[in-house]
Amino acid sequence: MSGHIQAAPIEKKFFTTGVKILIAIFGIGMAFGLYRFIFSLGSVTHLNDQYPWGLWIGVDVSSGVALAAGGFTTAALIHIFYRDKYAVIGRPAHLTAMLGYTFVAIGLLFDLGRWYNVWHPLLPTMWQGNSVLFEVGMCVMLYLTVLYIEFIPIVTERFIGHSPKWIDAILKFLDRIFNKIMWIFIILGVLLSCLHQSSLGNLMVIAPYKMHPLWYTRVMPLLFLTSAIAVGLPMVMFESIWASWSFKRKPEMDVLSPLSKVAAVIIAIYFFMRIIDLTIREAWGFAFEGSLQSNMFFLEFVVGLVIPLIMLLFEKVRRSPKLLFIASALYILFGVLLNRVNVFFIAYQPQYAEKQYVPAIGEFAVTIGLIAALILLYRIIVSIFPILPAHEKQA
Amino acid sequence: MDLNRRNFLKFTVATGTMGAASAVQKVKASTPKPDSGDWAGVLLDTTVCIGCRKCEWACKNINKLPTEPIESYEDKSVFKKMRRPSAGAYTVVNQFENPKSPEKPYYVKYQCMQCIDAACVSACIVGALKKDAKTGAVIYDPWKCIGCRYCMVACPFQIPAYEYDNALTPQVRKSTFCYQRLSKYQGRPACVEICPVQAMTYGKRSELIEIARQKIRTYPDRYVDHIYGEHELGGTAWLYLSGKPMTEMGMKKFGERPIPTYTEPVQHGIFKHFVPQISLFALLGGIMWLFKKRDEVEGKREGGEE
Repeated sequence: MSGHIQAAPIEKKFFTTGVKILIAIFGIGMAFGLYRFIFSLGSVTHLNDQYPWGLWIGVDVSSGVALAAGGFTTAALIHIFYRDKYAVIGRPAHLTAMLGYTFVAIGLLFDLGRWYNVWHPLLPTMWQGNSVLFEVGMCVMLYLTVLYIEFIPIVTERFIGHSPKWIDAILKFLDRIFNKIMWIFIILGVLLSCLHQSSLGNLMVIAPYKMHPLWYTRVMPLLFLTSAIAVGLPMVMFESIWASWSFKRKPEMDVLSPLSKVAAVIIAIYFFMRIIDLTIREAWGFAFEGSLQSNMFFLEFVVGLVIPLIMLLFEKVRRSPKLLFIASALYILFGVLLNRVNVFFIAYQPQYAEKQYVPAIGEFAVTIGLIAALILLYRIIVSIFPILPAHEKQA
Repeated sequence: MDLNRRNFLKFTVATGTMGAASAVQKVKASTPKPDSGDWAGVLLDTTVCIGCRKCEWACKNINKLPTEPIESYEDKSVFKKMRRPSAGAYTVVNQFENPKSPEKPYYVKYQCMQCIDAACVSACIVGALKKDAKTGAVIYDPWKCIGCRYCMVACPFQIPAYEYDNALTPQVRKSTFCYQRLSKYQGRPACVEICPVQAMTYGKRSELIEIARQKIRTYPDRYVDHIYGEHELGGTAWLYLSGKPMTEMGMKKFGERPIPTYTEPVQHGIFKHFVPQISLFALLGGIMWLFKKRDEVEGKREGGEE
């Protein structure tokens, strides 16, 4: 795929202190997770008849999908718009998307009451074309498959010339075929992403009488799609800088600085969409009512959108790894992750709820445990496969 | 070469626009709505109900839910708190003040409203919730259910409850309208059957609306001039007559637009014959092809820098 850049497996000591801590966090999370499977959802979560969806749907699933958008935005940038200079970030972004979506699927299993029926939407007899969730589910499943197919060239590159003859022959054959048809999967991946990123925003449109007016709008699908496209690049910048620090390399600022300009433009588009939507619906008044909802809105809008956008407008920020990291992190965590949390359970105000849903410790533990596992897997895979750029010049 | 490219660009832009246009058009076109026709309904006269809660017992009994003996239901202390239907009780009765005669409070029974165009049916990812073609009851198939609980998010009346304490085979629980009794021997729902004061009338929904209108005309002092459930969210099988607005007795004020019409037209518009998808694919393919060509040309000019 990205033939121009040389990527290579990372050769670093694996069991660092950081890795040991991650393993511990993962272990704690899975203890709670196991408890949930043995003793039911009610024993671990604060979900109830008023709040059927909570942290796991809001963060593990919907934020997971949004934050994995780096995969399709960079794929579009590099392979459809042919911005070759960004090729260096293509593989890490793709790996994050692949792992991200894998964990969306795993995270979902924790939340499904009858998780063993998760394959049911695949049966044509159970297809339900009216359901927004059905479309989201199908597109996510197909996209996950596409992501794994797109990973094949990386596997072939790693093992060609390092395997017995007959495996080598198979790998070379695969490599040839996928070289020819990969463009189909690249476009398909972008298409499927656009579909489910927007449909994810259509999910809560079905609850017009329960949603807070600061978030409830019929154009939620458009806002979700735009914010997902906008989060793709900050996600790549965030990861790339973090990976550089963690592997003690020099951040790829010659790639990231121009990338942050593109990011600023898309975030600005999203920002104006929000402003226009809130103005047309005359919803600004609700921002000042002093409720949990209005405070969360301010956190999301000011800290997650206005501040990172202003930061990215400055050349100085775009050139500094530290500041770019902060701006990206703000938009990722407060602009998008908090937006999904807000939409899925802060804006959701069921009329008969006695008190606001607050996630239980067990819910946090599982979510954080899964994130730890994702980071661990990322680290393992970059040390086996050629993902990160090869560095001849030691920084 | 250059001409070809321009034509190709025109082609991709044209298909793209066409796709988008058709999607917008389809969004506007409304989906055909289920016909309530002969569907069943229950007219509940809340001014008649005496709050004996025998319907609660009958409901648990017929659905094989654990229950105390029927005598225990005479305990009036439960009315101190507003109750909601749950996984263990598909119907509950609450008490409300009667401004006309305080010694005779109003009682309101809640249960699944069996919406004509139900949000939960539209939301369900696998079709585990369906409208029974004969009676119009919203029925649930636990074997299809994956336990995503999107039906609970969707339900505007906040009715479906979940068995959060069941680790292996949790179900969505709500009133079934006793649909098996209805279709088998022309029976009535168990709650209607047991009611000692006949606060509930079971019958064809269209006829019940006529009866309700007649009642309002005959006793204008007794009833507010509104049949709750006639138009709410496109109509529900359960219809309420009341002495004060139902919105003051635990029910929410709703518009007439059915919930599925918020999401379904968008869903169907986006997927009509896959035209938008194919168009977008062609558009992206076109862009890819153009930029690749441009890259190759520029690459040559710069001397093929690698």
